[in-house]
Amino acid sequence: MLVADHVSVRLGRSTLLDDVSVHLAPGEVLAVVGANGAGKTTLMRLLSGEQTPTEGTVRLGETPLDQFSADDLARCRAVLPQHASLAFGFTVEEVVLLGRTPHRTRATEDDEIARAALHAAGVHHLLGRSYPTLSGGEQQRVHLARTLAQIWEAPSPPSPRYLLLDEPTASLDLAHQHAVLRTARRCAQADVGVLAVLHDLNLAAQYAHRIAVLKHGQLVAEGPPATVLTPEVIQHAFDVAVLITDHPRADCPLVVPVPEDTPSGAWSASLSSPLSNESTHA
Amino acid sequence: MSQASSLSLALEVPQAETAAPPETVVAPQASRRTLVLSGLGATLLVAMLLAVGIGAVAISPGQVVSILAAQLGLDLPWAFKAQQELVLLGIRLPRVLLGVIVGAGLAISGALMQGLFRNPLADPGLIGVSSGAALGAALMIVLGAALPGFIASALGAFGIAVAAFVGGLLVTVIVYRISTRGRHTSVATMLLAGIALNALCGAGTGSLVLLTDDNQLRDLTFWTLGSLGGATWETLLVVGPFVLVAMAAAPRLARALNAMLLGEAEAHHLGINTQLVKRVVIALAALAVGAATAVSGLIGFVGLVVPHLVRLAIGPDHRTLLPASALLGATLLVAADLLSRVVIQPAEVPIGIITALGGAPFFLALLLQGRRRGYDFSL
Repeated sequence: MLVADHVSVRLGRSTLLDDVSVHLAPGEVLAVVGANGAGKTTLMRLLSGEQTPTEGTVRLGETPLDQFSADDLARCRAVLPQHASLAFGFTVEEVVLLGRTPHRTRATEDDEIARAALHAAGVHHLLGRSYPTLSGGEQQRVHLARTLAQIWEAPSPPSPRYLLLDEPTASLDLAHQHAVLRTARRCAQADVGVLAVLHDLNLAAQYAHRIAVLKHGQLVAEGPPATVLTPEVIQHAFDVAVLITDHPRADCPLVVPVPEDTPSGAWSASLSSPLSNESTHA
Repeated sequence: MSQASSLSLALEVPQAETAAPPETVVAPQASRRTLVLSGLGATLLVAMLLAVGIGAVAISPGQVVSILAAQLGLDLPWAFKAQQELVLLGIRLPRVLLGVIVGAGLAISGALMQGLFRNPLADPGLIGVSSGAALGAALMIVLGAALPGFIASALGAFGIAVAAFVGGLLVTVIVYRISTRGRHTSVATMLLAGIALNALCGAGTGSLVLLTDDNQLRDLTFWTLGSLGGATWETLLVVGPFVLVAMAAAPRLARALNAMLLGEAEAHHLGINTQLVKRVVIALAALAVGAATAVSGLIGFVGLVVPHLVRLAIGPDHRTLLPASALLGATLLVAADLLSRVVIQPAEVPIGIITALGGAPFFLALLLQGRRRGYDFSL
């Protein structure tokens, strides 16, 4: 279990995080959502050990995170950054092999894992390409493969693995947004604890086991999508009026923003009927 | 890999994604690496053999081997004269070996700096070691005569070298301290502080010129243009260890520097102690460049251009880049020194002029090519 226990981060007079407690268990996908500047990335930096909280503690199991060496931590926790700049002409395979840096496995084994990770991230066709020539979305998926390669096998002695994704869908097209989150779900099935910072509430609703909502550095709601994604919570956190309906095909809520000049009643009537018709036919 | 708990089993890859796995044939990296390194090593040996043989007293490669074998008590069929033996052992060999050490030291430091700054245009001079060394050398050349006699006699012929070495290290330490807050060194601040201190040192060196007489001015000018002419077996013994330490430590840093190319935070996530790596890289580069500059003056462009050439040929992997840069840097400096000796024989062209004449156009070509390729030169 990766736990942030009453953590606060203060920088000068501004408070980036204010008394937030969240936990990430192996085998679950936790989505962190919130408006820009709500503290999502700061929370992720704390959980990855990149930053230490001003108050409170972050623990991995029972041990405070800062008592782990960077090396030990890297064998059980991988982080996908929002942007990874890399001006040097590595091949895609070499970038993915960087994920094996903390491991002392043989080169042939690393090669095998790198290729399998490329498959899992759906970018095996880019194997021999030069990294700087890829599109932004392709680069992002190559880095996903790199993080998968980093935590591909369970560490010995066995301990849980964690995957922290900072806006993994930011530069991806619709198909690949879903592909990445399906990969996140498969990781959870392999007992990896996955945290994903997301902007799209419907992606969060569809793929996360739990959602944590941040506003101005505070945790305003946390729990399963069905209980967290209410019009009240979203109005409070994002200042946007939404309707919540049932997803016609999946067992999760569907969030629909309401245009500001439309009375919400009219929309709810015209929107819900065709959707519910379709779902009864299906 | 423990199969039971590996992601590979749980991550059932959907059919569509595995339909046609293109089995790209990737060149076996290990054998390519061996090929490149042994090729560069052989080239260096050939360059050394030519360089020790060419000059006012010609010595054929056979005679070179014969003279060296004679030192070990072996008798080879190539006859040589006593004069050739004297020239080879007393003058040429230490000079060529100094070229190897200085060239390798500058090039490997350049590769380390470019890795640390994540910028293919970084140069060992960025951290102030070269301009600090120049200021130290200028101080000694201009004001050395005013030193108390016992210090002057203790320093002997190494006065300028010691002053340059100390100056280079001092400025590097200042740059490092300015850019380090608590336990974190900001690489971007280091770059900017380096620029400022380079300018200050340049102003200091320039002011000293006002105090020089003609002889001192000539000494100073030639020092800033570089030369391997001062090579003796003693200089080799003094400089060699600093460069050898950098060469010995570099392979241990290779994986860390590869990870650092992704960014410091990413390297940390991959388990790298980034602060330790920064400290070690700066120390190694400052010592190697400081020592090399102390005995040979300012030799530009080797540290900048050589790692770049290697990267163009075999990619940015530091496991090959670092040793290959050392070998190529040594070869190029031995060749440049040979040119500097023979172009206007019996006089010498300062070696810094040769490396700048070859290096500067290459640097410009890199800039133009980099723009076309969309390199990100920012930090």
